[in-house]
Amino acid sequence: MADGTLSPAPGAAAEPLREPRGPKPRKRFSRRNIFIYGTLIFVSAYYLLPLYVMVATSLKGMPEIRIGNIFAPPLEITFQPWVKAWSEACTGLNCDGLSRGFWNSVRITVPSVLISIVVASINGYALANWRFKGADIFFTILIVGAFIPYQVMIYPIVIVLREIGLYGSVWGLVIVHTIFGMPILTLLFRNYFTSIPEELFRAARVDGAGFWGIYFKIMLPMALPIFVVAIILQVTGIWNDFLFGVIYTKPDTYPMTVQLNNIVNSVQGVKEYNVNMAATILTGLVPLVIYFVSGKLFVRGIAEGAVKG
Amino acid sequence: MSASVRPVQLFRNLNAKIAAIPMILTALVIFVGCSFWTIFYSFTNSKLLPKLKFVGIDQYERLWASNRWLISIENLAIYGFCTLVFSLLIGFLLAALLDQKIRFENTFRSILLYPFALSFIVTGLVWQWVLNPQFGIQKIVRDLGFESFTFDPLYNPDIVIYGVLIAGLWQGTGLIMCLMLAGIRGIDQEIWKAARIDGIKTWKTYVFIVIPMMRPIFITSLVIIASQIVRVYDLVVAQTGGGPGIASEVPAKYVYDFLFLNQNLGQGFAASTMMLVTVAIVIVPWAYLEFGRRKHG
Amino acid sequence: MESVSIKDVSLSFGPIEVLKTLNLDVRDGEFIVLLGPSGCGKSTLLNCIAGLLDVSDGQIFIKGKNVTWEEPKDRGIGMVFQSYALYPQMTVEGNLSFGLKNQGMARADIARRIARAAEILQIEPLLKRKPGQLSGGQRQRVAIGRALVRDVDVFLFDEPLSNLDAKLRSELRVEIKRLHQQLENTMIYVTHDQIEALTLADRIAVMKSGVIQQLDDPLTIYNKPANLFVAGFIGSPSMNFFNGRVDGTGTSAWFETATMRLPLTNYRPDGTLVPGRDVILGVRPEQIRINDPDADAGLTVDAVVDVEEPMGADSLVWVKVDGQALSVRTEAGTRFNPGDPVKITFNLALASIFDAQLETRI
Repeated sequence: MADGTLSPAPGAAAEPLREPRGPKPRKRFSRRNIFIYGTLIFVSAYYLLPLYVMVATSLKGMPEIRIGNIFAPPLEITFQPWVKAWSEACTGLNCDGLSRGFWNSVRITVPSVLISIVVASINGYALANWRFKGADIFFTILIVGAFIPYQVMIYPIVIVLREIGLYGSVWGLVIVHTIFGMPILTLLFRNYFTSIPEELFRAARVDGAGFWGIYFKIMLPMALPIFVVAIILQVTGIWNDFLFGVIYTKPDTYPMTVQLNNIVNSVQGVKEYNVNMAATILTGLVPLVIYFVSGKLFVRGIAEGAVKG
Repeated sequence: MSASVRPVQLFRNLNAKIAAIPMILTALVIFVGCSFWTIFYSFTNSKLLPKLKFVGIDQYERLWASNRWLISIENLAIYGFCTLVFSLLIGFLLAALLDQKIRFENTFRSILLYPFALSFIVTGLVWQWVLNPQFGIQKIVRDLGFESFTFDPLYNPDIVIYGVLIAGLWQGTGLIMCLMLAGIRGIDQEIWKAARIDGIKTWKTYVFIVIPMMRPIFITSLVIIASQIVRVYDLVVAQTGGGPGIASEVPAKYVYDFLFLNQNLGQGFAASTMMLVTVAIVIVPWAYLEFGRRKHG
Repeated sequence: MESVSIKDVSLSFGPIEVLKTLNLDVRDGEFIVLLGPSGCGKSTLLNCIAGLLDVSDGQIFIKGKNVTWEEPKDRGIGMVFQSYALYPQMTVEGNLSFGLKNQGMARADIARRIARAAEILQIEPLLKRKPGQLSGGQRQRVAIGRALVRDVDVFLFDEPLSNLDAKLRSELRVEIKRLHQQLENTMIYVTHDQIEALTLADRIAVMKSGVIQQLDDPLTIYNKPANLFVAGFIGSPSMNFFNGRVDGTGTSAWFETATMRLPLTNYRPDGTLVPGRDVILGVRPEQIRINDPDADAGLTVDAVVDVEEPMGADSLVWVKVDGQALSVRTEAGTRFNPGDPVKITFNLALASIFDAQLETRI
């Protein structure tokens, strides 16, 4: 249609077709859309199912669980299992519920997150901006080391912690978390600081700021987003840890995950599935809340964190 | 001030070096030192305590003669292979679906990713409950009249590892999907425009243009999945405890049990060294391809 | 007295030599431009002067003091960066005062310095803003202000205008020149833009592969390039080159190609024109005229018009002489059509002749 006007040819006038004009009409229920949304809704339902089962079970009484199936919604809602899971459930001789594990986990997570992030951020900054001789070698070892199975290193670390008198204590575990969080966090911070234009660092040096001056006054204020990402990454990771908790702490300092496993998988007594599920939700609650509150930052955190496992 | 003094090499960037001490210690003492210590002691017959009585490769011979270890390795192979294939496949398909400029993309993504926020312990316990034959799917189907229907993966030694796999995939595919989605979005939008003008079908564009361009993301995902597979421990402990019998044992659990429960350190060290070897088999060729080639290129 | 003096400075990164035993003396109050293609080492040299890179060998003096091993802050320099490098979380005032605070200067003095710099650069209304709220030109002014408040002898500019659009660039160029006239301190300015170099510099140092090719005032650089590289690098469009031979000596020498024979009567050689020597003749587009009725027949050859590019103030005509393309600058107004046969005349008094092997000026 070189002339630009779309007048229908004389013979075709009978055709009732509207000539194309304005936005192209779209079908809301095209086959493509039904397929895409249908699949996504089905998959989402599958992913949500365990969460639903957990919540539903935790709100049922034991008699109801025995007669029904796990997918049935609770008929009589009871919060008794939650109370029991939090304050009465037994592990071994202790019968003060998950609350002990919760507070242990808080006592472990807070210092571990703080120390590991402080150490790694300074480390990453030193690596990004103050490349000194040999730094690359240690950094390479650190990153390669991240791939070594923990099982190879756990026993010698027990010996080291025993030698310095921290085996079995919360602080021993804090050190372990700082060590094993270091590769990924250092990488995270190093990459972030490397992405800050080097000219900024140079300008600060011409302005007479030193190592700590540049870190605190220039880099730190600019790195707040990455600190949030690191905090999310670490809180979730450390809260969810099981292996280090079970190895490096003692029963009365066990973190929540270890205690949860001991409650649910203990062989003595009658299985109280509702209490078990309430305890499971309680343990998963902290990372879940962080996940839903932080949203995009969490995604960014794991995406960046995952780049090197 | 007169002509300046050449600073001593050691004290140049002194603050940076002090700041790097934790990293240097971790790298040398933990990653290098502890690994070699374990490898070294895997050649001894240490039992309750590490002892320097060398027995050559006795521990390894015993390891490979152990039924439990062989089952662990087999389980790891099945679990690893299936996780790799299904994570990549499902992750990519879900990412491609989410990439169709759909509404509620964030909601869908949140739902598919939330299991990743949960620990393996929580994941294992939930799926232990969902797969419970007494109250779960098996009961529902039987109540419908199919009395002989059985679906009890966690109680059947032949398929228990697939029960673990279901849980593992539920927890981990969201992450792979997110990585893939980021990868798809990272591709130059003009590629899509060009494909549209050339009249190439959407699925063909994905298969022949997008996937080859996403090679780095696939490799990254592969390495992440692989390094997590070898460590799989919490999930098995929570979901099956290694059972029924020893049907769902995995190497990481073997190591833990021999180090901390069976008081047979040498055996644990040998097993963990084998794990290290397995990782090296995966990582070294990858590292060579990724970094070795770059140096020459 | 020399303001900045670079003596035998070398710098290698592993096997790559970035600076090769380089010498440069900058006079007090002089505006020096380091010009060259990317990777020639000009920015590296500037960073060495600033103390942001350690030299492998050699010495750097600023105001007579050996600063080779000094920290950047102790060198008496101020530096302006290409990306402005303003601290994003600080206000303009905070940016200007950061260096002075690090020196431990009294508040009243800092305020006085900032006030003066802000006045010179006319950025008083911006002092309370953050860099994110400023335009590119304003940011660069603040970046210059940060160097200004340090009250130093030597200003270092690292491609300060490269991130600006063409219009702002020419405006700020004038401002930098004005600033230099007002402050009269030494300025070392790195750029790859020859217009900036020619307009700003007292002297230009043209660099290639870590070596200064020529250090001269802009007109000499333009008219008498020391070698083939400088000749080709300076000027847009580039100088036209012809490969040929020298025939005859002194004032009766000729430049000879297979099809051309031009008398070198008006050419003033630096050295001697050796008969039979392979040489390259370089003529700038504005030293060629088209269809000049008063032309010297001996300097005129036949050509065919290929493409014409009108540029407003003048026109660029691409013609072909025996298959070789050359550019000719003409007055705007005369129009040529592709294929037109024309006569072109060379002005060899302002041409350059280079040795074909050594590529140096004869």
